[in-house]
Amino acid sequence: MTPAQAIVAKELRSAYFSPIIYVVGAVFLLIFGVLSYIAVVNAGTQAIRLMQIQGMAAKINLNDLVFRPTFYSTAIILLLVLPILTMRSFAEERKLKTFELLMTSPIGINHIVAGKFVAVLLIYLGMLALTGVVPVVLAMFNSFDWVPVFTGYLGLLLMGALFLAVGVFASAVTENQIVAAFLSFGILLSVWLMGAVGSILGDTPVGNTISYLSFIEHYDRLVRGLVDTKDLVYYACGILFMLFLTHRVVESQRWK
Amino acid sequence: MIDVQHITKRYGDRTAIERVTFSVNKGEVLAFLGPNGAGKTTTMRILTCFMPATEGTATVDGFDCSEQSQEVKARIGYLPETPPVYQELTVLEYLTFVGRLKGMKAAALQQRMPQVIEQVSLGDVRHRLIANLSRGYRQRVGLAQALLHDPPVLILDEPTVGLDPKQIIEIRELIKSLAGSHTVILSTHILPEATAVCQRVVIINEGRIVAVDRPEHLSARLRRSEKISLTVKTPPHDFADRLRGIPGIVSVFAPADGGAYLVECALGRDLRDELARFVVTNDWGLLELKTISMTLEDVFLHLTQHEDGMDERSGGEAPHEARA
Repeated sequence: MTPAQAIVAKELRSAYFSPIIYVVGAVFLLIFGVLSYIAVVNAGTQAIRLMQIQGMAAKINLNDLVFRPTFYSTAIILLLVLPILTMRSFAEERKLKTFELLMTSPIGINHIVAGKFVAVLLIYLGMLALTGVVPVVLAMFNSFDWVPVFTGYLGLLLMGALFLAVGVFASAVTENQIVAAFLSFGILLSVWLMGAVGSILGDTPVGNTISYLSFIEHYDRLVRGLVDTKDLVYYACGILFMLFLTHRVVESQRWK
Repeated sequence: MIDVQHITKRYGDRTAIERVTFSVNKGEVLAFLGPNGAGKTTTMRILTCFMPATEGTATVDGFDCSEQSQEVKARIGYLPETPPVYQELTVLEYLTFVGRLKGMKAAALQQRMPQVIEQVSLGDVRHRLIANLSRGYRQRVGLAQALLHDPPVLILDEPTVGLDPKQIIEIRELIKSLAGSHTVILSTHILPEATAVCQRVVIINEGRIVAVDRPEHLSARLRRSEKISLTVKTPPHDFADRLRGIPGIVSVFAPADGGAYLVECALGRDLRDELARFVVTNDWGLLELKTISMTLEDVFLHLTQHEDGMDERSGGEAPHEARA
């Protein structure tokens, strides 16, 4: 087992004993469940209305009526929930002085950062996998196109990973977990709003650049079933950039 | 094994340590002695590559602490001031994690763990969560962590803090048993500890080294005169004056309450013999006669509190010289 794997294993073990993961997981799944329930009920009422107009059983599109709104609202939940998942990662190590153990062990800082990130990513993947119950149950009662569902999940995975990378970075900046959570929330919300600022500026080079930097536009395309290399590159670069910044911040603490 | 040359560490405007120079030979146990905030932890953090020095170089086993930090880290076992333990892990899980972090192979780790647990007597609590352990046990878990990968160099920041007297003796014995095969630097503010386990003592105050020497030499060198305590049953009223008449005696301190006279003799002269004969031939009743040597406590207080003491000695007190 490499040192990075050891850190992942230790983080998962710690998470298993921490109440945070259960509370965060439960709240996330509860809200996801409620949101998809509301979407399904809305889809039902729309189907009845369509039937009254057309006088026949309409073919309702679950992709448009259920999955898309659910995926959009989930992005907002992630914005609130994922900073809580990442706030511990470096802040707690520094608070409890175990940071000294990591930093005086013969491993690179990149191993530490990678281990921390992969651990929260695995926890998030577990949470995401549990939401898979919703499409599986719906598939028993109706047929829908699986492709946009998978790309939507890919979007959730990539955007969530970016949120986690931002969260790990915020956690490395401070030794106070609340500050870490709030900082990552602030960064994410600001970047989110850049999309709105971009659209105000319209189709100008500056406006397009600002819109491109916001993660929501890229997520939108994935939810609609479009897999564009441009969006994948955006998320990959964003994640790597945040992890690189984390590396620099951790490294810089030695110089203070 | 460890060579520190003129290291200085500044935090903003504040200088934590200034031009600290010392070296430790292979197999030696060296104590870092100093009041709180003297710079002991800072020096240790530089040696363990936790942070780099502002100026100067430190090398461990020939590897530079700032440039070849991975090599240095692999050779050092470090117990920080606060034992770096994860509360939510059991002792065994924690040690397994540390072993993997230090890059130990699974087989080596399985073989080594029981030995270390035995060494620091953690056998009874190995399956318990660290969160439920007392301060002393956590300290020992921290010590086990430092010993785990059997590093040639051990850096222990106050290793016996929080332990009960029996455990303190056990840990001291453990450190003594490591001497020879391991190079150990430990910091402490408990002076008898330094005398008990260490071959050499570095006294550090306000970021500067004020003395480096063997514990017994330190007290001997600091004695600027020989002091003798003398108790006499029936001293004449002018006893102090008569004593001053003996050649070689610098001063006599007469007690007000009829206790022991404190006789100070010129350096290098042992006047016990003359004094005894002087009292006995006059039949005043010699009760007690002993030399007073400075304890390490006296030396420490002397070096760290009295400015005059430091200044007077700073000329011939270069650490290089003291290393011999």
